[in-house]
Amino acid sequence: MNWAEFFDMGGYAFFVWTSYALTFVVIVMNSVSPIMQRKKIIARIKRAIKREAIISKK
Amino acid sequence: MWNWIQRFSSPKYFYEMSAKLIPWFAISAFLVGMYGLYLGLFVAPPDYQQGESYRIIFVHVPAAWMSLFIYMVMAISAAIGLIWQIRLADMVAAASAPIGASFTFLALVTGSLWGKPMWGAYWVWDARLTSELILLFLYFGYMALQSAIDEQRSADKASGLLAIVGVVNIPIIHYSVEWWNTLHQGATVAKFDKPSMHIDMLIPLLLMAVAFQLFYAAVVLARTRNEALYRDRNRRWVRELIEKL
Repeated sequence: MNWAEFFDMGGYAFFVWTSYALTFVVIVMNSVSPIMQRKKIIARIKRAIKREAIISKK
Repeated sequence: MWNWIQRFSSPKYFYEMSAKLIPWFAISAFLVGMYGLYLGLFVAPPDYQQGESYRIIFVHVPAAWMSLFIYMVMAISAAIGLIWQIRLADMVAAASAPIGASFTFLALVTGSLWGKPMWGAYWVWDARLTSELILLFLYFGYMALQSAIDEQRSADKASGLLAIVGVVNIPIIHYSVEWWNTLHQGATVAKFDKPSMHIDMLIPLLLMAVAFQLFYAAVVLARTRNEALYRDRNRRWVRELIEKL
């Protein structure tokens, strides 16, 4: 089997590779989003701590 | 017993323990997934009826199984949260919803991409497809209720109730191919008889299913950690932790 034949998927290349590409996208998004979410939450709590420190000084 | 549950379900304890587990789940998901892909794309023979197009099965079926499995995890966690008021269970339910929704979406889209060359249409209003679409809306409903209600306990109660009621849809999805005359093919693996699938196709399919499970485990732990941080943002353990970061 050569590579051209492999990528052609017996004429179903569009359907097969679009499915695999979308799976890849879903996996990447699921991997990245908890990391971004964590950064946001930590930044938010840090801001709250600063705000409270200012309020308590007054 | 109760003390034991309390200790292990404390968000602080969970936060510390889960940090050690996530890399193991992630790495094993990657390795199992790569091996499954290799067997599925290079070793498994073409199907005698569907040719090469059937290779969509190796992502479509695990995604569809995960859409059901994650829903059950979400509903059972929500029930535990409602009945025993274990906060960690509510966090797991909330963390599962977006992951489940993404796998449901993937199952629908890859199914559609498989349906076009095999059935001649991207979408038909058949029982299996329609009930799976309803599952996607149940996930969306849960997420909408979570974000619409500010008070956390009320949000958990409302969305948890929706998740529990929505469980009726799960057997409908599973048995839809038997109860109705659907275009979707019947079960080939999850049935009492032995799977009607060639072993060279079955092994990569099961490997991909295991990889998806491991991946879900890693992601749900990471998201539950975030939920714990956010919900306990005014508690001392989170404050001490953030100050160290």
